[in-house]
Amino acid sequence: MALIAFYILSTIVVLSALFVVAARNPVHSVLWLILAFFTSAGLLVLIGAEFLAMLLVVVYVGAVAVLFLFVVMMLDIDFVALKQGFQNYLVVGALIALALLAEIGIVAAAATFGGGETFNASPGAPTNAEALSRVLYTDYLLLFQMSGIVLLVAMMGAIVLTLRSRPSVKRQNIAEQTGRKRKDAVELKDVRPGQGL
Amino acid sequence: MAGVELTLGHYLAVSAALFTIGVFGIFVNRKNIIVILMSIELILLSVNINLVAFSVFNGTIMGQVFAMIVLTVAAAEAAVGLAILVVYFRNRGEIAVEDVNVLHG
Repeated sequence: MALIAFYILSTIVVLSALFVVAARNPVHSVLWLILAFFTSAGLLVLIGAEFLAMLLVVVYVGAVAVLFLFVVMMLDIDFVALKQGFQNYLVVGALIALALLAEIGIVAAAATFGGGETFNASPGAPTNAEALSRVLYTDYLLLFQMSGIVLLVAMMGAIVLTLRSRPSVKRQNIAEQTGRKRKDAVELKDVRPGQGL
Repeated sequence: MAGVELTLGHYLAVSAALFTIGVFGIFVNRKNIIVILMSIELILLSVNINLVAFSVFNGTIMGQVFAMIVLTVAAAEAAVGLAILVVYFRNRGEIAVEDVNVLHG
């Protein structure tokens, strides 16, 4: 039963990954990417890694894919021109991909994996999330904190890169407003009769 | 009873296929940097599947912690990469990466 589910899910993953690469329109590519992420989350649920599966949906589908969709739709790009060299690179790309797959196959055939006999998605705990959190906040605390710092630096980098100050846009300057004195704003003028200022 | 139940090899095969498709996508879409970034995401997804599969089939939790770290770095990479893309588009008005040779001098 699990094997049937695995074959269905893995077929969907591989096909949608192919469509990500081959789609004519990048918006369609992003949608295929979302399908690939969802089905690979299903693959992870199949072997009991539920927490990572949910994280995959939240982070990849909820954040990364939406970011891609946002950028693709925001930029005004001529998609037809971008697809021009597809046929030229197809043969070279396919050759490189085949060579890579053959190398992976040779390594996989030569290696012996000792997996399978100790199948356990949550060692030492009743649930997967508990098993992860037991080590994440104790043994791997430093890694956890450092990944937080990576996210912070990435956020600052993205803001610094894309922020631009436009002098044509008028903004409210609170400090200037509250620091305004009476002598800067009001002036007493002695107006002669019959004359203007 | 290989072939009747789910084994590590099944997951490694899917992961290898995803990795190869990702590399293929980088080579085929030489002009479209958005699809190149998506191909990198596919490669990182295959790495994650590999890590989690080894973790589960060997009964150790370490691989899943590593997969979380890879997920974090993937998210950060996507954010910074897309920010660079937006700045590049603002300056050049196009995103064809084939003629990015301003630094040639």
